[in-house]
Amino acid sequence: MRKVKIHITLKEGVLDPQGKAVQNSLRSLEYDNVNEVRVGKYMEVMMEDTADIEKQIDRMCDQLLANPVIEDYSYTIEEVV
Amino acid sequence: MKFAVVVFPGSNCDRDMYFAAKDALGEEADLVWYQEADLSDYDAILLPGGFSYGDYLRSGAIAATSQVTEQIRAAAEAGKPILGVCNGFQVLLETGLLPGAMLSNVNQKFMCHYETLIVENNETMFTSHYEKKEKISIPIAHGDGNYYCDEETYQTLLENDQIAFTYENNPNGSVGDIAGITNEAGNVLGMMPHPERAVEKLIGNEDGLRLFQSILTHWRNNHAINA
Repeated sequence: MRKVKIHITLKEGVLDPQGKAVQNSLRSLEYDNVNEVRVGKYMEVMMEDTADIEKQIDRMCDQLLANPVIEDYSYTIEEVV
Repeated sequence: MKFAVVVFPGSNCDRDMYFAAKDALGEEADLVWYQEADLSDYDAILLPGGFSYGDYLRSGAIAATSQVTEQIRAAAEAGKPILGVCNGFQVLLETGLLPGAMLSNVNQKFMCHYETLIVENNETMFTSHYEKKEKISIPIAHGDGNYYCDEETYQTLLENDQIAFTYENNPNGSVGDIAGITNEAGNVLGMMPHPERAVEKLIGNEDGLRLFQSILTHWRNNHAINA
């Protein structure tokens, strides 16, 4: 069994209104050194290992988990015993 | 003319859409549940607003993976009119039938009020009953209506006259003030404002009705040619 940890983030240059609001809140809490906040998504997918697991995860991300027009993704695969 | 209104779990403007086609326009219409839908006998497909699958993951993303999507894709290739409003627009973006993607409104608020739209292209099968550059008043109701595409895509939209409607006062941050776009062939229209909520004077205005009348006119003209 594998645990796939997937991070999905908005592409650079794509405006992130939610991140902006969080950033402003951090500023109002007086974290003056915060320059930018980008809000993304984190997912954990448990799946059986296959020879082409990376290809499969790429496809999952392109087809559904991320929207390639506005989002980038990265992931790590961990072995679960 | 026969309209199909595709109902997803979480659609909530399906009855408004049905009313617009059936009662306001006076044509045949059916509400079809997305899992049992057979769209082959319909002349036009309407994708209603709402929150399909609770907007999980991204607005419209889960609905775009359902089997009815393949039928919608086939209907689009066959040249049938397909109108996606609000969540319906988001579904069309997620299926890739229209270019671009939706981000949350720049002010992070759900907005529900009338907006003035400018008819940018009145030569589509959805807009022939409007004047070019005509200003119409149509309600919006969305939280994720901030249309995004890269500069190259935006230029393509401009070159191909794919921008059907823009906002006079951009409420949500959309690229190029875009309120509605068509595909390159011109038979798929996605728009965030709700024309189906503006089809009767009694409940506001009739500015949206002409969109449905345009679809009917196009169908009748085609039908007359084929008959």
